[in-house]
Amino acid sequence: MPEKLTSRNLLNQLQTRHYTNAYTAKMKGQLVGWATSIFPQEFCETMDLTVVYPENHAAAVAAKRGALPLLEQAESEGYSVDLCSYARINLAYMKSQAAEVPIPLPDFILCCNNICNTLIKWYENIATELNIPMILIDVPFNHGYEPTPAAIDYIKSEFEECIRQLETITGRQFNFERFQEVMKLSNENSRAWKRALDLNQAVPAPLNGFELFNYMSQMVCARGRKETGELFKLLIEELEEKISLGKSCYEDGEKCRVMWDGIACWPHIKHNYKALAKSGINIVCSSYPEAWVLLYEPGNMDELARVYSMIGNNTCMEYQADRREGEVRNFKLDGILFHVNRSCKVMAFMQYEQQRLVAARTGVSIMNFDGDQADPRNFAAAQFETRLEALMEIVSQNKSAKKSKEVMNNDPA
Amino acid sequence: MTQLKELLSTLEHVAKHPAQVINKCLEDKRLMIGCTPEYCPEEIVYAAGMLPVGLWGGATSIRNANQYFPAFACSLVQTTLELGMRGVYDQLAGVIIPAHCDHLKCFGQDWKVAVPQVRFIPLAHPINRKLEAAVEYLKSEYSRIKSVLEEIGGKPISHQDLSEAIEVYNLHRKTLREFTLIARDYCTTITPSVRHNVIKSGYFMDKLEHTQLVNSLIGELKKAPPEEWKGQKVVLTGIMAEPKEILDMFEEYGLAVAADDLAQESRQFRTDVPEGKDPLERLARHWSCMEGCSLLYDPQKNRRFMLKTMAEESRADGVVACIMKFCEMEEFDYPIYKKTLEEAEIPLLYLELDLATPSLEQVRTRIQSFAEMISLKP
Ligand code: SF4
Ligand code: SF4
Repeated sequence: MPEKLTSRNLLNQLQTRHYTNAYTAKMKGQLVGWATSIFPQEFCETMDLTVVYPENHAAAVAAKRGALPLLEQAESEGYSVDLCSYARINLAYMKSQAAEVPIPLPDFILCCNNICNTLIKWYENIATELNIPMILIDVPFNHGYEPTPAAIDYIKSEFEECIRQLETITGRQFNFERFQEVMKLSNENSRAWKRALDLNQAVPAPLNGFELFNYMSQMVCARGRKETGELFKLLIEELEEKISLGKSCYEDGEKCRVMWDGIACWPHIKHNYKALAKSGINIVCSSYPEAWVLLYEPGNMDELARVYSMIGNNTCMEYQADRREGEVRNFKLDGILFHVNRSCKVMAFMQYEQQRLVAARTGVSIMNFDGDQADPRNFAAAQFETRLEALMEIVSQNKSAKKSKEVMNNDPA
Repeated sequence: MTQLKELLSTLEHVAKHPAQVINKCLEDKRLMIGCTPEYCPEEIVYAAGMLPVGLWGGATSIRNANQYFPAFACSLVQTTLELGMRGVYDQLAGVIIPAHCDHLKCFGQDWKVAVPQVRFIPLAHPINRKLEAAVEYLKSEYSRIKSVLEEIGGKPISHQDLSEAIEVYNLHRKTLREFTLIARDYCTTITPSVRHNVIKSGYFMDKLEHTQLVNSLIGELKKAPPEEWKGQKVVLTGIMAEPKEILDMFEEYGLAVAADDLAQESRQFRTDVPEGKDPLERLARHWSCMEGCSLLYDPQKNRRFMLKTMAEESRADGVVACIMKFCEMEEFDYPIYKKTLEEAEIPLLYLELDLATPSLEQVRTRIQSFAEMISLKP
């Protein structure tokens, strides 16, 4: 009897297929695009275009410990070590194509700055060096709680421009019926992804949070595809089963439920995983994978514009704090571990105030550590471990303080 | 003192002691609005009868701002927040903060909390600036800012106020362009730091008054024949050429400024606000007309060609990239224009600058060897 297909296996298959398909397409002379991780994929999916995601690729390169030579290559070309390491890896890869997992070079690129403006500069350089067209969907930063009506109109007009540019690049017409289907499917997948993430609200949590970073790849690369729905269906079944058995992902149970704030440290992910497991800290959720939950009414372009504009990194202090506060409550968190990511300015520069706000609102324990999502040089294992210990200490102090408070409150006298 | 010297010392004094100008403004009961880098619609502030004051950070150590920024934020936002937290800007009625880069996006949000006494007036430009929809959108941003200023000033800003302000600013732009052209013929008098101070003083003065002073300066300069310059000339590119000590080093090693492509200097005044009926729309369209700045979307990096042409036309002996440490906007452009300049055999110096903790000795060595290197070029 063949072994039962697990979601983990299916994920690996899908990811491998994603990269090989891109290569096959390129070899067959089809157009291949590169896109930023939260570009409105609905447009390229409708056009049935082959698209790969440099951030996803750079993460894979870093996780396989292949980042350093590329980072050094970028530096030798004049790129500052202070730039986002995903960008440095990708810009070097573009020239040398030296990586364990190869991706084909692009014929066009798609950029949406809903996670940062760094991407725009990075993509400008790709477009310039390869002399290829670049499509930019700019979503103005939301200083207020929500995008203004004028911002929505502007973004919608960029959508139209994007369609026009895609038609020129491919020489094909945009099919609005198919567009509708893609939007429907993308929403179903987003809902399934949200459901999978939310299942970790169970105590104990059925999934180790680091797994979320892996499954997230599928949302980055194939949010509008049928197979993604199948993957999450399987994942949800597995998680529900674990929950019904009361099973924790840790053998000896989870001592502490924590949110990982920010991107993983890919080059050190194994170390991080072990260090967390050793202290019994379970990463039950993360602010990051949530970003790919993109829900809107299919066909409603205002909503489409809004949802792509309201990615966490593109929102104001209050909105971000509200989101985090919600997570603390929904996931019954004991603490938040903030990754002060050397690469990612937009995430790091509001973090300190976020820490104060969320701590004040929820009383949750907070700890941060210095790292980098893909540059292995910007992380110190010793600091990380000390910070975990410190976090555990504060959490247990907080827990006992809370208990004694409860006892006091229950005191009939 | 000759009139030329007097003019230069007035402008230098303003650039170096903005507080005095600001105190005068307070005496006159004129409201002031801070305008942070890199592009703010100063005309609207001016039309409201208020004084726009440029906030471009300053040489200061960080004692408070590290509660908001880790060490890897650019020193422009670090030091501006630091000064804000220390109460240096408490006299301002508000501060406009755009969101050109990731640093500025967060800076605005942090300002709101860290410096609550100085009202935060946000601004987010459209990056796809060539689209007609971008003009509409930016107009709505400007219109919101206009309402905020009306509320602060307690009186409406009319179309005519705005149109007049645009005229004042366009005239100022024209005058500064003229100054930068003339300056390159008088490199002994207009040293790099003098040139910088002439331009920088405009951030703390009424533009009308500044235009008059610079115009008189141009007139005085023209009275003498162009000065012979035995040293070398360079084009400065980047966000800004500060800390100010570096300009003295240029002078020390025989380097004059042939032209600049700095956000704090020429990028502000090389493009006029275009003609049109609706003044807010004209201001919004101005943004679409601008070119060649690391903050302006440029998928073919035409900036590299502009820079090459600028170096050639101004007969510069080299280009100096004044890179604000941690400024990715400039850091991404650098390898691209480096290639273009190398191909054109134009020498290029990379200077990493930091306002908060300048490591000036290293900068000095680099400037010195660059100056020597280009002086040897045939
Ligand atoms: S890591 Fe941060 S800076 Fe880099 S691409 Fe992602 S969001 Fe942008
Ligand atoms: S210097 Fe660079 S990083 Fe700093 S605010 Fe200006 S554009 Fe942003």
